[in-house]
Amino acid sequence: MAEIIEMPKLSDTMTMGTLVNWLVKEGDSVSAGTMLAEVETDKATMEVENFEDGVVLKLYAKEGDSVAIGEPICAIGEKGESAPDVGGGKSADTPPAKAEKKEEAKKDDDAKAKDAPKSEEKEAGKAGGEKPAKTDAKDEIPVEEKKTDDSSKEDGDERIRISPLARKMAEEKSLDISAIKGTGPGGRIVKDDVLAAEKAPKPAPAKESAPAAPLSAADLLEEKTLPVTNMRAAIARALVSSKTEAPHFYLQTEVDGAPIAELRKALNDRLADLPPEQGGVKFTVNDLILKAAAEAVRRVPAINRSWKGDTIVQHGSVHLAFGVAVDDGLLTPVIRDAQSKSLRTIGSEAKELIKKARGKKLKPDEMSNSTLTVTNLGMFGITDFYGIINPPNAAILSVGATVKTPVVDDKGQITVGYRMKVGLSGDHRVIDGAVGAQYLAALREILETPALMLV
Amino acid sequence: MAIITYRQAIKDALAEEITRDESVFMMGEEVAQYNGAYKVTEGLWERFGDKRLVDAPISEAGFIGLGIGAAMMGLRPVIEMMFFSFVYVAWDQAVNNASSIRYMSGGLINIPLVIRGPANGGTNVGATHSHTPENMVANFPGLKVVAPCTAADAKGLMKAAIRDNDPVFVMESTILYGEESEVPDDPDFIIPLGKADIKRAGTDLTIVGHGRSVLVALKAAKELKDKHGIDAEVVDLRSIRPLDEATILKSVKKTNRVLVVDENKPYCGVGAQISHLVQRKAFDYLDGPVHRLSAVDAPAIYSPPLEKIQLPSDRDIIREVELMFNINA
Repeated sequence: MAEIIEMPKLSDTMTMGTLVNWLVKEGDSVSAGTMLAEVETDKATMEVENFEDGVVLKLYAKEGDSVAIGEPICAIGEKGESAPDVGGGKSADTPPAKAEKKEEAKKDDDAKAKDAPKSEEKEAGKAGGEKPAKTDAKDEIPVEEKKTDDSSKEDGDERIRISPLARKMAEEKSLDISAIKGTGPGGRIVKDDVLAAEKAPKPAPAKESAPAAPLSAADLLEEKTLPVTNMRAAIARALVSSKTEAPHFYLQTEVDGAPIAELRKALNDRLADLPPEQGGVKFTVNDLILKAAAEAVRRVPAINRSWKGDTIVQHGSVHLAFGVAVDDGLLTPVIRDAQSKSLRTIGSEAKELIKKARGKKLKPDEMSNSTLTVTNLGMFGITDFYGIINPPNAAILSVGATVKTPVVDDKGQITVGYRMKVGLSGDHRVIDGAVGAQYLAALREILETPALMLV
Repeated sequence: MAIITYRQAIKDALAEEITRDESVFMMGEEVAQYNGAYKVTEGLWERFGDKRLVDAPISEAGFIGLGIGAAMMGLRPVIEMMFFSFVYVAWDQAVNNASSIRYMSGGLINIPLVIRGPANGGTNVGATHSHTPENMVANFPGLKVVAPCTAADAKGLMKAAIRDNDPVFVMESTILYGEESEVPDDPDFIIPLGKADIKRAGTDLTIVGHGRSVLVALKAAKELKDKHGIDAEVVDLRSIRPLDEATILKSVKKTNRVLVVDENKPYCGVGAQISHLVQRKAFDYLDGPVHRLSAVDAPAIYSPPLEKIQLPSDRDIIREVELMFNINA
C-alpha cells in the first residue's frame, strides 16, 4: 500500500513550505532516514526526512512549488505499484511561483554569463594597459595634455560656465553639463538649472557623435513585482500582530561608548591573533552588548516576562535573541541561558548562529522561545531607532552606532565623547515605563563600567 | 528687557562694570566733566568721581600708553577715542605695544585694555575724522576687534570686552548712538567675543556684515523679499576678530550665495577676509562668486551728497543681489 508523504510542519509558525530541491527522483529506493527534499520554511531551509522503506513512486510537488502543511508532496510504495491520484488542484495553484523561481535562476545565469567576460576584460586591461602607460607616460601624456590645454584657451568660449555647487550636483546626479542651459550671470549654470535639468525629460541622445550616453541614475531603476517569500510572510505576520496587540512604549538612553570600546580593544589586542587552541578569539561590539544585556536582566528580572493573556510569566532564564539581517529578511537566533554564559561562550555561539542564519540553516528551536531581543543597526551608521517587539518578549533593545560627539563632562568642559544611544520598546501590557527605565539604567551602568560583568 | 538707545547701552555697560569691578576706570578726552563728546559717559563722573572717570589731555600716545601701563599693573582701563581716527597718533601704544606684550612676556603679562569710540564715516566730518580701521587693527595678532550694531550687542560686547584679559577694540558708530532696541536688564548679560549672530534667517542668499552695514542689509533684505522673493539671511559678525567662521560657513552651505557688505575700505578690508574664508572652506557649496560691497575706495568724501554715495546703501545691496541672481531690474 503506497504511503503518501505530506508537507511536514517544520517550524512553529510555518503554514506553507516551498519545495526548493528534490533529493530523490521517481523510482529511487529509499529507507528510513533518507532525506527526501529541501524545503524552505518561513525561517530556514530544512531537509524533509523519510520514515518509510520502499521506492519513490511519484513526486506530486515540483521544485519551486509552495505547498501547504498536510498537502501531499510524494508517494512511497512497493516497486511497480501505481501512485495514488491526489488530485491536481495543488499544482495548478502553484505554477506562478515555480515560473518565478525559474526566471530568477535564469537571470542569475545570465548575470553570471555577463559577469565573466567583464572581469576577464578588466584583468586583461590591467595587464596589457599598464605597461605602456608606465614607460611612455612621462614623455607623451603631458604633451597631449598641454595640447588640449592650449586649444581650450584659444577658443575659450567652449568652456562651460558652471558654479562649483552646480558642477558638484551635476556630477552627483550624473547629468551631462554640456546639455544644461545656464541662466546665471553670463550664462553660468547654477543650482536651479541643474535641478530643472534633472526634472526635465531626457532628450533622446540622437546626435551623431553620442554613442555612449552617460548612464543616468534613472536607468538603474526598474519596476518589478516580487513574490512574498515565506520568510517575509512570517515577518509580516509576526510584526503586524506584535504592533497591533502589544501597546508599545519607547525609551531611550545615551551611553558613554568609550569604556566598552576600550574593553573590546584590550581583549582583541591580546586575543585576536592567538590560535584558537590557545584561546584566540575576536569579539565584536555586539558580543559585548549581548553579554551586558543578559547581565542587566539579572539586575532587573522584570524585563524578562511574557504576556500569556490571563497570566504573565517571568522567565527564570534569559534566552537572548538578536537580529541577523539575511538576504530578503531578518532572523532572530537565540542564545539560551545567556545570563550564565561567559563572554567567550556568547561570542562563539553568536558567531555560529549568525553563520547558520546567513546559510538559512537555523533549526526552529534555535530561533524560538526567546525572552528578550537585541537589535543593532550601528554598523549602518544609524544612531537611534526603535525595534518592534519580537513576540513573546516584553521588550526589544535597539542599539545605535557609537558616534564621536561633543559632550559636557563633569567639570562643565566640552570634550570629545563617544556616545551610543540605546532604545527600548516595551510591551505595556507586561511592563511599565519604570521597569524599562530601570533596565536601561542597569544596562547603561554595565556598559559604562564593563568590569561589572565580571561579578 | 528695556528699550534703550545704543548710547545708553554702552553707558550702562560702563557703569555696571565700574560698579562691579574696582579695577575698571574710564579715561579719554572730555569723558568726565564734559560728559563725553558724544555723551556716552554722561553722568558717570558725577556718580563715580575723579578716580574712575579720568579726563585726559589731547595726547593719545600719552594716555593710551598710560592705559597699557595701568593694564600691565592689573587695572582694567577703558580708553575713549573721541574719534577712532585719532588712534593713529598712538599707533605704537595702541597696536604695537598692546598686541605684543603678552607674547613678548611669555604670557606673563596680560593687557586687559579696552579702546572704544566711534569709527564710522557718513557724518560729514571730513576725511581725517571718518576712518573705519577695524580691518587694520584686526590684522595684528594679539588684538581683538568688535563692531556692534544694536544696543543689546553694544552692551553685551562692551561688558565682554572689559572682562576680557586681552586688548579689545570696540568700534562704535555715531550714527547708531540714537538707535533703540531691547536690551536685557541682567547685570551679567554679556555677548561672548567671537560669536556672530543671525539677524535674519533666510534661504537664498547670505549677507555678511558688521556694524551699521547690518542694519542697511536688513532693510535691503526686506525689500528683496517683497520685490524678488529672494529670502536673504543676514549674518552679523559682531566680532571681527576672533571671527566666528562656523556661523558664516553654516549659513553659506545653506544658501549657496554670499554678499559681504561693510563700510570698510575695500582694499585688504574685512570683506576680503570673509570672501577668502568662504571660497576656501565652502567652495563646493557656492552657486556663484562671492560678491562684496564696501566704501568707495577714496578718502572719506566731504561733500554730503557724495559721501552718501560712498557708503553702501540698501539700494546698492539690492542692485548687487540682482546682479548675482541675473535679474534685469
